[in-house]
Amino acid sequence: MAINRDFIGRTFDFEVPYQVGREKVREFATAIGDNNPLFHDLAAAQAAGHRDLLAPPTFPFVITYRAMIGAMGDPELNLNYAMVVHGEQKFTYTRPLYAGDEVIVDSVVADIAAVGRNELLTMEQHVKTLDGELIVTTRNVTVSRGTAPQEG
Amino acid sequence: MATVTTPSFDSVNVGDKIGPTTFNVQRTNLIMYCGASGDFNVIHWNERIATAVGLPNVIAHGMFTMAEAARVLTDFAGDPSRVIDYGVRFTKPVPVADDDKGTDIEVTGTIAEKRDDGTIVVDLNAVANGVDVLGKARGIIRLGD
Repeated sequence: MAINRDFIGRTFDFEVPYQVGREKVREFATAIGDNNPLFHDLAAAQAAGHRDLLAPPTFPFVITYRAMIGAMGDPELNLNYAMVVHGEQKFTYTRPLYAGDEVIVDSVVADIAAVGRNELLTMEQHVKTLDGELIVTTRNVTVSRGTAPQEG
Repeated sequence: MATVTTPSFDSVNVGDKIGPTTFNVQRTNLIMYCGASGDFNVIHWNERIATAVGLPNVIAHGMFTMAEAARVLTDFAGDPSRVIDYGVRFTKPVPVADDDKGTDIEVTGTIAEKRDDGTIVVDLNAVANGVDVLGKARGIIRLGD
């Protein structure tokens, strides 16, 4: 069954704050095998002009993923999570994400479109401080395999 | 302490290559990434279920591959915060067998554009098992003076 087009333009606020932890940043960097000192060594990060450890470029997905699962879990959306694969991902930074940042996420369903037999659900998310300062905007395309409405 | 060095804008040219750099991925890396990212989808660690749903094997998280390819950008930039924009398409899965060799992902960057605002556009090519696993993979780096 097709994804519910009524969700295009709908917004979801994920107001449970996520605090970026130093050890989580180190754990993430270690998991991707990256020993860049600015992800691990506070003194090195500060010497490079940063107030705390930098989060790796793709780290915000850890945060936006939770918000996305919440939005996609709405039964009215009609998305079968067993049929989905990740199609595209993009991060556009307004300023660096640091350990110690406490952030919330707002999400908007930017588009739902059929491409062949598949459907593409595009979501745009904003990771912001509790004061509303934008840190990073992400764009995520989820592919729902074989759920496009079929003609005839 | 390690010092961070960033190439100057004037020192790079359109067409310059970065790498290739090879990233080896084994099952243990995927388990670590599951824990670090919170994405415990079974297709990234359970071969029985992965093959039952038609995959060739356990596959790497797309976000894991994206994170490895990003290292080409952040290592080049010196300071990772100079990578201000980064996007990819996931075009093919990266299967990871239960062996001691794992799967190699070879990533090459090409400087595609120098912009008036002091940023450069780097196109990334990521190959595993002879096929491109990322499409339209592109980062924007703010270089030094």
